[in-house]
Amino acid sequence: MVDGLQLDGAAGAPRGGTMTAARDGRGGGGPLLEVTDLHVRFRQRGRQVFAVNGLTYKIAASSTLAIIGESGSGKTVASRAIMGLLPVTAEVTGSVRYAGRELVGAKERDLRRLRTNDIAMVFQNPERSLNPTMRIGPQIAEAIRLHMDLGRKAAHERTVDLLRRVRLPSPERRYFEYPHQLSGGMRQRVMIALALSCQPKVLIADEATTALDVTTQAQIMDLLLELQAELGMALILISHDMGLAASYTEEVIVMYAGRAVEHAATKELFSNVRMPYTRALLDAIPRVDAPSHTVLPMIEGRPPDLSIRLPGCSFAPRCPDVQDDCRQAIPTLTELEDGHEFACFHPCGGGNG
Amino acid sequence: MAEATMTTTPSAVAGREGSDVLLDVRNVTQEFVLRNHGGVKGGILRAVSDVSFQMRHGETLGVVGETGSGKSTLARSVLQAPPPKAGEVIFRGKDLTKLHRKELLAMRQHVQMVFQDPPASLDPKWKVTQIVEEPLLAFGYGDRAKRRARVAELLELVGLDPRLHGGRKARELSGGQCQRVAIARAIALHPELIVCDEAVSSLDVLVQAQVLNLFERLRAELGLSYLFIAHDLALVKQVSDRVLVLYLGKLCELGPADDMFKAPAHPYTLALLASVPSPDPNAGRPETNRVISGELPSPLNPPSGCRFRTRCPRAEERCAAEEPQLRFVGPGHQVACHFPLVETPVAAPTTNGTGRL
Repeated sequence: MVDGLQLDGAAGAPRGGTMTAARDGRGGGGPLLEVTDLHVRFRQRGRQVFAVNGLTYKIAASSTLAIIGESGSGKTVASRAIMGLLPVTAEVTGSVRYAGRELVGAKERDLRRLRTNDIAMVFQNPERSLNPTMRIGPQIAEAIRLHMDLGRKAAHERTVDLLRRVRLPSPERRYFEYPHQLSGGMRQRVMIALALSCQPKVLIADEATTALDVTTQAQIMDLLLELQAELGMALILISHDMGLAASYTEEVIVMYAGRAVEHAATKELFSNVRMPYTRALLDAIPRVDAPSHTVLPMIEGRPPDLSIRLPGCSFAPRCPDVQDDCRQAIPTLTELEDGHEFACFHPCGGGNG
Repeated sequence: MAEATMTTTPSAVAGREGSDVLLDVRNVTQEFVLRNHGGVKGGILRAVSDVSFQMRHGETLGVVGETGSGKSTLARSVLQAPPPKAGEVIFRGKDLTKLHRKELLAMRQHVQMVFQDPPASLDPKWKVTQIVEEPLLAFGYGDRAKRRARVAELLELVGLDPRLHGGRKARELSGGQCQRVAIARAIALHPELIVCDEAVSSLDVLVQAQVLNLFERLRAELGLSYLFIAHDLALVKQVSDRVLVLYLGKLCELGPADDMFKAPAHPYTLALLASVPSPDPNAGRPETNRVISGELPSPLNPPSGCRFRTRCPRAEERCAAEEPQLRFVGPGHQVACHFPLVETPVAAPTTNGTGRL
């Protein structure tokens, strides 16, 4: 309630003012977004699904973070929980603080102001995220006018400017085109323009380039990173692609069964993998530079059923290095080396395993 | 160009044993007529233009290209679904494009397909055993007991437990299990060629590795050939002996997978390779902007000359005026480019006289 009021007060001020205030208030190095012990539980037909189980991380302005994992690892659910975009069947506990304000339990109208203004999201499927019956320009202009105190003409200008910025060819003409007239890459550029329309401080890209071709993916990623640096945004990249995380981010979190299992600076993580699950993921990717018909090292089994809470490590049933204690207690994410956190009793790599 | 491909292919797979041709695709062209409101002809979309290649028994040919490059259309043209507008598809010595409906149907048991979206390619309400039994029924395989035994055998082969999974309905299975069922259905009639259209693209990394290894095992055990289509280059490299690169319906490069990925000859192949982000922490970011620019042109109105020239950093005037023909740059390695990245074209069988140097 109190937090809601705070948010309300801030939002009552002129839009531009709020944003500068937020910026000034934050100062330099402190975390912009702080997620602490986030839990998300879905209740369906008397069954509970524990989708996210105690996720903790923070991200500062102008930095990049990748959250990687397979389907069902909770990476998308966790991000949607931050944005307040989960259905009512979801029970979110823990804390998400954005620039000092608590978002868990905040009122919908406060969250709505926060979305796009402060935290924006680019989704996987641009076809489904855009209104097919509306020209793309007015779609963006509408969002701008809802969130910023701008007139029709100013919103139009800003939209064209944004479209130019995301390097959509001939933006003045494209303004009046429908989503179906654009290619997949161009639609994703439009989505990015939409997400950036109100200068968010945090951009969450949820598998934003998964549906695109490799060449387009590289172009879109370059664009995202360029805009991220230019606008000083924090970028959270959610993906299943280890290569994408390794190439474009500074920090990586690996999720499995709703938990972070490894967290480190990108270079450190990929050169010194400690968690057997991360190792298995990396080994299972076919490599361009490996000879044809290489047998891929693989692990059997499937990710666990999230409606059952295992007493031990959730990766234990599939882990090649499993030992008795793994099945009895849940390893917590602890920093055993400088900045490198992992949740494993018998890590691979560093001699212990 | 047809002659060129035909004369050259033996060397492409030289050294392979039992080197008889399984599939010979000659100058295949597939067009679709676009219609505006009221059935007015809106234009002709040439999805595949004049593509020729051969496949040997037991060989895997990978097909890569971006969305709209015609890779799926090419696969469907091979399967005669629908038949191509021009060209020949010679499979087991018969030209599929000239077969009558009944003959074609009989031929279908030798060519099967595995689709992209595993759950969508199976009827969700059918039991696993029913799905795998259907092709056996359709082609009158044995009696009921024999079919049952075959279904159980097939499920074992793809790593499913007939007792545990056999009675389940398709909607109760995970994506990886669905794909295993689809594979079991595809191999039920002892086909020689399986067309895999993005068969593992929608699966998670760990499941994908399992299914890829399954493909490899079946290839060795059953002597299958795969026409393996995917947009993921690393994936294609993993399973293929040779790789074919398509751009806007045109064949750009065709060659042994290992050679081509080590030293791509076509600037487009290089662009594709350079765009793949690597999990190697020291690899750095893909430098796509140096090797490709802009968007895919409209396939309704492809650029003159070389179709890649509008995005190619090496393009010169000649590329707009003259269409590059396929020629050799290495053993079994062909490229359609005026200025290939491999500097010295191999002296051996040069084709159509366009060979530089």
